[in-house]
Amino acid sequence: MKSVKYFAAAIVAAATIGGASISHAATLDDVRAAGALKCGINTGLPGFAYTDDSGNWTGFDAAFCRAVAAAVFGDGNKVQFVNLTGANRFPALASGEIDLLSRNTTWTFSRDVDLAFTFVGVNYYDGQGFIGRKSLGVKSAKELDGASVCIQTGTTTELNLADFFRVNNIKFEPVPIETNEEARVAYLADRCDVYTTDASGLAATKTTFENADAHMVFPEIISKEPLGPLVRQGDDQWADVARWTLNVLINAEEYGVTQANVAEMAKGTNNPEINRMLGSEGSLGEMLGLQKDWAANVIKAVGNYGEIFDRFLGPNTALALDRGQNALYTKGGLLYAPPMR
Amino acid sequence: MANSRQESGFQIRRIWSDERARSALFQILVVLGLALLVAFFVANTMANLQARGMEPGFGFLQDPAFFEINQNLIEYASTSTFGRALVVGLLNTLLVSAAGIISATVIGFLAGVFRLSNNWLVGRLIGVYVEFTRNVPVLLQIIFWWSILTGLPKVADSLSIGNSLFLNNRGVRMPAPILENGFGWVALAFLLGVFASYLVGRWARRRHMATGQPFPMLWVGLGLVVLPPLLLFVALGQPLDWDIPEKTRFNFRGGFNITPELVALWWALTTYTGAFISEIVRAGILSVSKGQSEAAHALGLRPGLTMRKIIIPQALRVIIPPLTSQYLNLTKNSSLAIAIGYQDLVSIGNTVLNQSGQAIEVVGIWMVVYLSLSLGTSAFMNWYNSHIALVER
Repeated sequence: MKSVKYFAAAIVAAATIGGASISHAATLDDVRAAGALKCGINTGLPGFAYTDDSGNWTGFDAAFCRAVAAAVFGDGNKVQFVNLTGANRFPALASGEIDLLSRNTTWTFSRDVDLAFTFVGVNYYDGQGFIGRKSLGVKSAKELDGASVCIQTGTTTELNLADFFRVNNIKFEPVPIETNEEARVAYLADRCDVYTTDASGLAATKTTFENADAHMVFPEIISKEPLGPLVRQGDDQWADVARWTLNVLINAEEYGVTQANVAEMAKGTNNPEINRMLGSEGSLGEMLGLQKDWAANVIKAVGNYGEIFDRFLGPNTALALDRGQNALYTKGGLLYAPPMR
Repeated sequence: MANSRQESGFQIRRIWSDERARSALFQILVVLGLALLVAFFVANTMANLQARGMEPGFGFLQDPAFFEINQNLIEYASTSTFGRALVVGLLNTLLVSAAGIISATVIGFLAGVFRLSNNWLVGRLIGVYVEFTRNVPVLLQIIFWWSILTGLPKVADSLSIGNSLFLNNRGVRMPAPILENGFGWVALAFLLGVFASYLVGRWARRRHMATGQPFPMLWVGLGLVVLPPLLLFVALGQPLDWDIPEKTRFNFRGGFNITPELVALWWALTTYTGAFISEIVRAGILSVSKGQSEAAHALGLRPGLTMRKIIIPQALRVIIPPLTSQYLNLTKNSSLAIAIGYQDLVSIGNTVLNQSGQAIEVVGIWMVVYLSLSLGTSAFMNWYNSHIALVER
């Protein structure tokens, strides 16, 4: 009889475990119950996701995780970072191992529709480029016939690359690599002639080269790579939290709300748009299921979009990336967030 | 009626009191429970997938892959299907496993035999090899050999043999044979030679058994296999050309290339598994009673012949079963290929999984394939084991 009892207990246990994973609706409640946001980031990409001197994960992508944590908890440190490769990021999100994926991920039709994710916006407009040694004497990617190309597996860049070479009717030897770090090692060992990934990633990787001047990023960009954070499809409330956190970052830059002046501005300004955003007027926070001062907490924790960009990617960093397409629409860029109303 | 009811009531009570019936009942209950559990997991997974709007099924295998693979034994282009990509990966797994099993067996047998050598230096050197490779994780060894190989000269400074074979950090580039008209006859002559030497071998063995007369089988067999095709080849005007690799701006073009990933993986698996096999072989040899070799010496057999004719056949019976599990280990360890970017079934499956989102299906394919490979290897080795088993007379 003992074995029967154990067996019944096992069935009940399995049913409970299985039952718990059936519903993925209220992610916001799950995050609150867990006490921290489980956020997927890169395994290591300078500027986007890297460890600072005290060993904390930081960077452009990590900052977005902290922004969402600040919106939910009022504290940007309540994040549990999960480092993911290009190949295991989607299973991690789909299975509920993470609540949010902020890992320089390109928004594409099939990922949005077929893989059943929801992209909450674009936080970096990128394109795929190539880096190679200056000594190759190559001016354009179209001259790469017969070259060996290092590439991260499971990325859109892998598909773009095959398309690019097929369309231009030239051949290449793919050298498949799991992570950006391994790609760097293989490229520096001259296992491949060029390494291809998003142009921002190339700039980031180049900063880690000992002799960066011997290498050049080709001027050619062969694809559109709108990078953005994403969540599982089917939980609109949680997608809204992430989407409007991103919009707050962009709107805050437009309205001149910064980490330094947000406390002052949250008391009330003569701009109703800012007042609604920071919570001194209206009840946008409640509508999202968050605190009244959620947006102010976001800016307090990480600053506005421009501040984040300057801190991790801008001209004063090793990456020295221009704002380019990632400037506000008022400055000739593509960033344009819907109004807070 | 009343009688039969009474009888059935009696039987139900008997199930509880009869130990055999009771144990059968419990076994049936456990099997039923297991089936329910499996059914529950399947239903739960299906429900979860449906809730996320994901279509379970294998239809995606027909979709185009749109990524490239750098080592394909069958024709493959980025416009081929996911299914074909997986087959390419499977063939790459089979290639490195088969090559690894053959070389690990050779190295393992040699090391096992020589470790027992009376020569102090040889025995110790083999001991160092075995203890070192056996006790370092194979993943580290794979990465180690890969780093060594990618440290070879760069393409521009390739080492070359006769300006047709080139060695650099992107692999070994060799001339590829181009078969011309008439080469089929040469191949046919070769196959006939193999068949003929098999027949002669059978005849020689029978005669040896019957009369004790040895026969120089090695030389005759070699002659049968090599000479006729060679003569035909010359007579037909050498119907074979070579595609010699040429240096281009970045790489070599033409010929065929063995990538450093394949070599590193194959060599690491070979040396690692070879070390285990050598211990199995040593144990097998030591398990043969010393009286056997003493008796052979007393009959005047030389040591080499003693080993081949007396010791090894008896040792094999001890060696084969653990050898089988080493072969299975090697095949499964080949999935560590992903660490250095050798595109085996797991590596390509990972890409397919990621581009198509069909995680459960791809993982299912992996498991079925590795299971079949392992069961197939086991079945073959079991057959071989029973084939060489001691026939009691």
